[in-house]
Amino acid sequence: MKPITTITNATIPIMKDNIDTDQLIPKQFLKNILKTGYGRNLFFDWRYKKNGTVNEDFILNQPEYSNAKILITGDNFGCGSSREHAVWALKDYGFKVIIAGSYSDIFYMNSTKNGLLAIVLSQEQRNILAAIKPNEKIIVDLPKQKVCYKDYNFDFDIDPLWKHKFINGLDDIAITMGYDKQISEYEIRIPRFN
Amino acid sequence: MLQSKARTMFDKIWDQHVITGKVGDPQLIYVDLQLLHEVTSPQAFEGLRENKRKVRCPDRNFATMDHNVPTVDIFNIKDEISRKQIDTLAKNTKEFGVRLAGMGTEDQGIVHVIGPQLGLTQPAMIIVCGDSHTATHGAFGSIAFGIGTSEVEHVLATQTIWQTKPKTMGIHIHGKLPHGVYAKDIIMGLIAREGVAFGTGYAVEYYGNTIRNMNMEERMTICNMSIEGGAKMGSIQPDQTTFDYVNGRKYAPRQIGKAIEYWRQFTTDDESAFDRIIDFDVNDLAPFVSWGTNPGMSVPVDQPFPSIKTEEDEKAYNYIGLEPGQTAKQIPIGFAFFGSCTNGRLSDLKIAARAIKGHHVAKGVTALVVPGSREVKEQAESLGLDKIFKAAGCDWREPGCSACLGMNPDQVPAGVHCASTSNRNFEGRQGAGARTHLASPAMVAAAAIHGHFIDIRKEAI
Ligand code: SF4
Repeated sequence: MKPITTITNATIPIMKDNIDTDQLIPKQFLKNILKTGYGRNLFFDWRYKKNGTVNEDFILNQPEYSNAKILITGDNFGCGSSREHAVWALKDYGFKVIIAGSYSDIFYMNSTKNGLLAIVLSQEQRNILAAIKPNEKIIVDLPKQKVCYKDYNFDFDIDPLWKHKFINGLDDIAITMGYDKQISEYEIRIPRFN
Repeated sequence: MLQSKARTMFDKIWDQHVITGKVGDPQLIYVDLQLLHEVTSPQAFEGLRENKRKVRCPDRNFATMDHNVPTVDIFNIKDEISRKQIDTLAKNTKEFGVRLAGMGTEDQGIVHVIGPQLGLTQPAMIIVCGDSHTATHGAFGSIAFGIGTSEVEHVLATQTIWQTKPKTMGIHIHGKLPHGVYAKDIIMGLIAREGVAFGTGYAVEYYGNTIRNMNMEERMTICNMSIEGGAKMGSIQPDQTTFDYVNGRKYAPRQIGKAIEYWRQFTTDDESAFDRIIDFDVNDLAPFVSWGTNPGMSVPVDQPFPSIKTEEDEKAYNYIGLEPGQTAKQIPIGFAFFGSCTNGRLSDLKIAARAIKGHHVAKGVTALVVPGSREVKEQAESLGLDKIFKAAGCDWREPGCSACLGMNPDQVPAGVHCASTSNRNFEGRQGAGARTHLASPAMVAAAAIHGHFIDIRKEAI
């Protein structure tokens, strides 16, 4: 995984609560063999009209938001089915940070496993970020645990373990590989009967 | 803390496998065996490739093809993505040196059927698979559970997994099963009584004289459906029945005496070791049939369907096209499915064949018999079971997951009621709009013959 320290980027607000994984990526797109390629179907039912054409009213389709990599959203983001594809789709689209009121447990775990930074800020703070102009940038400073915009400095919490992982670009596998010696020692102790 | 605290079999196996971390936090535990299939593994292998990683212990991984396999013409997969998943698994296992029971080979079958059958599944192991019915393997006195795709990749790369130790629950099952009542009815009855989430957060152990008297295939049926009660893991202590089953199989330990000696230590000291205990008496148990859209929505065959108490009940009745107060006898069966990792083993097919012998399926009923593996198919054929099924008007198929889930061509048409030996009756599970009714193989056989369920305790089939 790529290390994440400070991200300076434009935001895109979708201030709805309970955006579930079905809305992020409907089940017809799960039959695949890759982790990539889901981005074009992210928010499928909102992004495209029933007849398959692009829904220009939906914010993701508006050109002035096409460079935004930080999603500002509501409470209980990523609820519903446990599909990891929801995180894969957000990442594949280009999102680097999600700022929500809260997350479903499974979505949060899946995001940590895939290097998508999921931050919690209050409703008030998110309202401020949601109101800024397209293409205006905010700064997410992970080492300092701050989200900065103009004179605003919002602190956020993150588990020290996840923070360490993100900053060093470690994935779970890389971390576990740090225990290689213990694993090898364990393997010697396994009883064998062949 | 008291030093003499009683420990469960689960505690003993778990503790044996901890590499680092303390109870309460995620602990790094060693995985003895990972089973793989074509649906949940492609992204895991892709991840390895992207990061230039290898499979740490190829010989502790074993792959098969099951979910997408067509059961008529196995080499002719019409669905492009199904074919891609199958081809990708073949390519991935070859590239990474993982053993594969490929299409049409003698070892191929449903992942939870072939693990035990090949002797890969052994007591005291930690076993994982990207599939929620992995608890099946717990029947051998192992800790076995389903995992997600990132975790599959993690196990491939490190042969370990981070897990927080769950609490333990003992389920004491005792008494003598009445005539016409089977292991499937025990687990369905338990879930009907306790609900679909009673096991959430627990590792379950089934024990008691009923369990002791069961063969391995019956034990697997019970452990298989643990997840339907919310438990990721469900196990049974290993005993002579377990050892006799494992002994002599293809990948079983060659020094079996030594292995058994080692396995014998993995027992639960006494009931006080469990965090919670449930008691389940089977003496008066009836055959169960599911009426709704989750496995907890089941009733004894002679009891009426319940009244509508929740929105979920209402939704279920609307989907399934039945009404409160009706009984299983009134379900118009149009489809019967024999198979799956719950009831697709030889003993299940024997029971179904015995019930169906000399009869014919009712007019308008489509009946599929799908052995859980190629070995099950061949054994069944050597006993002439295929002829019995065919004479009764059933389709005798190639092994695979088949109509257990609508992912391959075997699907139940919309609106049709299917008597099924599988484990899930979710909306759309067996095909869009399909109406699933879970039951034991004997009950499904009777339903196929009569065109509706009957009480097999009372009526001659
Ligand atoms: S038989 Fe059904 S439950 Fe079992 S592994 Fe296959 S699809 Fe899953």
